[in-house]
Amino acid sequence: MLEHVVNGLVLGGTYALVAMGLTIQYGIARIMNLSFGDTIIAACFATYVLFSVFAINPILALLIVGPTGYVFNLLIYRFIMKPLVARAPDEGALEVDSILVTFGLLFVIQGVLLVMFGGGYTSYSFLNSPVSMLGTVVAGNRLVALVLSLTFGAVLVGVLYRTRWGMILRAVATAPQSAPLFGIDTNRAARTAFAVGGALAATGGGVVSMFQTFTATAGVVFTMKALIVVILGGKGSVPGAIVAGLLLGLVETFVAAYIDPGLTLAAVYTVFLVLLLVRPNGLFGKA
Amino acid sequence: MTMKTSHAFLLAAAVLALLAAAPLLIPDYWTGVLLGMTGYVTLATAWAMFSGPTRYVSLATVAFFGVGAYTVAVLNETLPYPLVLLCAGGIGMVMALIVGFSTLRLAGVYFVIFTFGLAELVRQTVSWWEVNITYTMGRYVFLPFEGRHIYWQLLALAAATFLISWGIGRSRIGLALKALGDDETVAAHAGVDVTRIKLLLFVISSTIITLVGAIQAPRWTYIEPSIVFNPTVSFMTLIMALLGGAMRLWGPLVGAIPLFLLFEWLSVSFPDHFSIILGLLFILIVFVMPEGVLAKIETLRKGSPK
Repeated sequence: MLEHVVNGLVLGGTYALVAMGLTIQYGIARIMNLSFGDTIIAACFATYVLFSVFAINPILALLIVGPTGYVFNLLIYRFIMKPLVARAPDEGALEVDSILVTFGLLFVIQGVLLVMFGGGYTSYSFLNSPVSMLGTVVAGNRLVALVLSLTFGAVLVGVLYRTRWGMILRAVATAPQSAPLFGIDTNRAARTAFAVGGALAATGGGVVSMFQTFTATAGVVFTMKALIVVILGGKGSVPGAIVAGLLLGLVETFVAAYIDPGLTLAAVYTVFLVLLLVRPNGLFGKA
Repeated sequence: MTMKTSHAFLLAAAVLALLAAAPLLIPDYWTGVLLGMTGYVTLATAWAMFSGPTRYVSLATVAFFGVGAYTVAVLNETLPYPLVLLCAGGIGMVMALIVGFSTLRLAGVYFVIFTFGLAELVRQTVSWWEVNITYTMGRYVFLPFEGRHIYWQLLALAAATFLISWGIGRSRIGLALKALGDDETVAAHAGVDVTRIKLLLFVISSTIITLVGAIQAPRWTYIEPSIVFNPTVSFMTLIMALLGGAMRLWGPLVGAIPLFLLFEWLSVSFPDHFSIILGLLFILIVFVMPEGVLAKIETLRKGSPK
């Protein structure tokens, strides 16, 4: 029982981490990024290569993978999203365009990964020794993953709610029309937010790869779960994403443990469906 | 359209007759190509029927397509063929009703998210069911059909799809849809039951897509979830409808024919890089002609000095 709680929290922690990235991209940059999960998977493979070929510790590899994700997403924003933002007459049109373009991007990234690594399951062994904790036994890598997710989450919340830069981002999320009246450069905020979201996705990917197997085609499922967490927590709400992420991780682990591992996605969907019927604006969302 | 409706119908009937006679005259390989092409023309037209006017991007084409194909695989030995098709259509309809009821009341983005993972959800659930409940993984379809028989069925379905799409465009629903596509709030205030119309369209479109999957099922002979729930089907349908223009009756057809031939060639020549090329092409289309090639030609004509 306790073992499942811990495992659920570990899984949920990584969901929270990546969903924070997506909620920042969608809430601030207003771009619905369907290739988000493929960024995560690309980061998984990058960490795997850094570890198995260059013998770089996966925790240190995050220092390479995270900034790479930042730069990669900055370039995507600059060259693909910016022209779409510029031509969109309203928010709805931008949403449709960004959905379509990132859907195409999904296939490009996935195709590149398939060519490079093939379609098989990949994993590596890192800190796979058992650790006793709270009267139960957990794999060391899972514990590391949980600590890393919580640290990154806490840092992000701190930055968003305690610094001027975070206040600017939140202002754009709350009132994109009024923010420029206070001298805020919304374009710049959107660009930064998109890149930070990408960095979080890459970091999350690095963390996930420490304890889970992954395939080149698993991006869709990650995007799906991140999207559900974002909706569950309320669009653009970082605390919401953290709570919803942990909740989803727990639900999934318990379904896998007590019902059937093959039904986890069905369970996730059921949670989503119930939420849509009961609280369409999310747990922390405003009507 | 400058042509009179009656003339257009005569022309369409003549083309249809020609297409129906084609398998008797051309080699089997080309019948296969025509078959695949008709399948995608139908998919793209059915997709555009809902997603064009409502601007709700449906990413779940293959969820319905796969359900159709898989239903045939499960039932083909126990029921007569017409009943199997009826069952497949019915299951697709019920699934569309469930998805529509839960998401179409809300903003478009919820619908997109829901349809995005739907194929994966159905695939995993069907796999789980087969492994744990029925203990069969992979099924065989034994139906006495050759390529041309499947082709004729698809052609009939394609013709029916165009008729339905044309009929909707001329009916009260079509008018309501135009209003809805322009401005949903205004349409709702003008007395259009927005949710009901969207739901109706989605159910019709999804049922057709399910039937395309069901009719094509005998082509595979061997079917398992990972074959019929291949996300490339959703992607290709979307890109075809978008290239031609999802807002026009003939748009998806115009997009589907050249792209299908291109994809046939690409999948043979560059099997490993297929999805990369597909993705890049798609991004290009969104950038260069977001309204489709027909609209592009129109603006070029209007814009050019005489």
